[in-house]
Amino acid sequence: MAEYQNIFTRIQVRGPAYAGTPLPPRSTSNRIGTPGFNHLFGRFGDAQVGPIYLGTLGVLSIACGFVAFEIIGLNMFASVNWNPVQFIRQLPWLALEPPAPSYGLHFPPLNQGGWWLMAGFFLTTSILLWWARIYRRARALGMGTHTAWAFAAAIWLYLVLGFIRPLLVGSWSEAVPFGIFPHLDWVAAFSLRYGNLFYNPFHMLSIVFLYGSTLLFAMHGATVLATSRYGADRELEQILDRGTAFERGGLFWRWTMGFNATAESIHRWAWWFAVLCPLTGGVGILLTGTVVDNWYLWGQHHGLVPVYPPVWGAPVIDPATLPGAPQ
Amino acid sequence: MSDYITKGFIYAAALIGATAGTAFVVSIATEMTLPPVSGVQRGFRGTGMDQIYTPAALAALQAQAKVPRSLPPASPAGVKASVAYKNVRVLGDLSVGQFTRLMVSAVQWVSPKQGCAYCHNVKNMADDSNYTKVVARRMFQMVQNINGNWQSHVQNVGVTCYTCHAGNPVPKYIWFNNPGPASAGGLTQSEQGMGHPTEIDGSSGLPYDPLTPFLEQANPIRVQSTTALPTDNMSSIKQTEWTYSLMIMMSNSLGVNCTYCHNTESVGNWATSSPARVNAWYGIRMVRDLNNHYLDPLNGVFPPYRKGVEGDSPKVYCMTCHQGIYKPLFGVSMLSAFPELKGPPKTTAMLMDPYTPAAPAAAPEAAPAVPAQPH
Repeated sequence: MAEYQNIFTRIQVRGPAYAGTPLPPRSTSNRIGTPGFNHLFGRFGDAQVGPIYLGTLGVLSIACGFVAFEIIGLNMFASVNWNPVQFIRQLPWLALEPPAPSYGLHFPPLNQGGWWLMAGFFLTTSILLWWARIYRRARALGMGTHTAWAFAAAIWLYLVLGFIRPLLVGSWSEAVPFGIFPHLDWVAAFSLRYGNLFYNPFHMLSIVFLYGSTLLFAMHGATVLATSRYGADRELEQILDRGTAFERGGLFWRWTMGFNATAESIHRWAWWFAVLCPLTGGVGILLTGTVVDNWYLWGQHHGLVPVYPPVWGAPVIDPATLPGAPQ
Repeated sequence: MSDYITKGFIYAAALIGATAGTAFVVSIATEMTLPPVSGVQRGFRGTGMDQIYTPAALAALQAQAKVPRSLPPASPAGVKASVAYKNVRVLGDLSVGQFTRLMVSAVQWVSPKQGCAYCHNVKNMADDSNYTKVVARRMFQMVQNINGNWQSHVQNVGVTCYTCHAGNPVPKYIWFNNPGPASAGGLTQSEQGMGHPTEIDGSSGLPYDPLTPFLEQANPIRVQSTTALPTDNMSSIKQTEWTYSLMIMMSNSLGVNCTYCHNTESVGNWATSSPARVNAWYGIRMVRDLNNHYLDPLNGVFPPYRKGVEGDSPKVYCMTCHQGIYKPLFGVSMLSAFPELKGPPKTTAMLMDPYTPAAPAAAPEAAPAVPAQPH
């Protein structure tokens, strides 16, 4: 017998397909498809699929994204000489690399990083068009634009990494390569080059907001699930007319930590934590190599770096500074 | 319609799940370190300067690092080898007894299966027509150079032929200039020197040949600034990836973590590094010296099948001697039983047989592109 569970549930409440709130005709005329239902989707979210709104911005964004995807993928494929087996084997390692440092901010030949610039241009265009689409759909539905601005925070970090910081330091080569492992290697090399990013205060803030986001998400999700038996999952009703579910949830946190967010303010907390993670991270990246070149030494100067007692006797001396050292 | 979509999703999920599950199990079995694991603290507490070992891997290394028993010493009295034999160009000061002991030992170290004939024409031992004999003579000079001039790296432990050869005519771990796999060329992205995993770069996406620019050429390895604020350090992130790859090679060659040498709060800072880092610094210079002055100049002597795809000589790197151990042979000195190898060599010149046409020592092959330098 089907029963309702608040961690995993097999219940699917299914009504007739919902066409949506009545809106001015122009803003809904581009919707595609007749709505259907999918049981599997219903296990994770709403079982209704469609109708979908694509519109000009959506179509252009997908087209630009496809161009970027093709440029990256085909160059990766070419780097294994069009060998399909090697392409699959080496895929996580393959990359489309930015130009060499010697090109600075000039346009390099296509095979020397020109494709990287092209891919970056189309990917950025695609992302910005998608942002505009999100903004306009929210307006069309009479919603606030919080999602668009949260997305903009992520775009800020993306632009700092791939566009703004390379412009400031005068070299495309400083930007991130396209590739699964290569972009991670880039991250490690970035920290190594600039003297350990852990001493960058904005990196610290970014980590606080990242971990803080997961903590808040867990606390909020847990509170709602734990009080859903009293109707906490009907959040909007509870926000408008606080019932026993929210009373119990609030009381729980007041008992356990002396303070509770409200049903509405918890979402402000979550939004700001999530948005501040890439915002502060982007500031940290922007300062690296432009304002600070070695974060360890910067941290030493400002008393961030612990001093450990020597354990090997005399401190080690750089052999290159000794007279007569081989070079 | 919707049922087909659902079924499709279930089948796709099952397929992806099965593939991912298999990959996970295989990677755990082959790539990951299984317990028990033991750590050895080598720095101040809390700095993470620990060396991680597993007893099984350590036992395998100890079994691999077998030290052969040295022959009893021979008397230095008697006729000198250079007088008794023809064409003895190095080690001629030894007595016939000492010289013979060293030659027999060299067979044990380098060509135990092939015997004297691996280098010598056994009908005329003075003949230099086997390329291996010319190489071997050069290698004796190289060993003396290491033991005599590079005590900053090998200290008094020193090396013998066996350190690298370990009973193999060609040492197990050598390298060649690596131009990378063929790419399609044309308008597509040119070969970037990275993104194709190898043993050298530790199967990472980092540059796969950090050896040519740093252990044959002498490109700058240091990339970090020595001042907190920007001054004139133009090292790029790409350049850092080359250095990073070199460091991974060193770490793998010695079977140690980064923290064997570095305090990772600042990998560039010498004051917080362990003394082993100084030793490693000299090691890089030593390997460069060996490749530039001993291996590369033998290019004209090596037959084509001993050379790399670029036609370059086989070369040495950290792994050649260390073979995964922080000290080759766990620090056992075979040199102490062979003082004649202590060096430095009387001459560092290439010694070729005057009555066989000497192959010219070719200049080192043009090396592949070095990591791009910013200007």
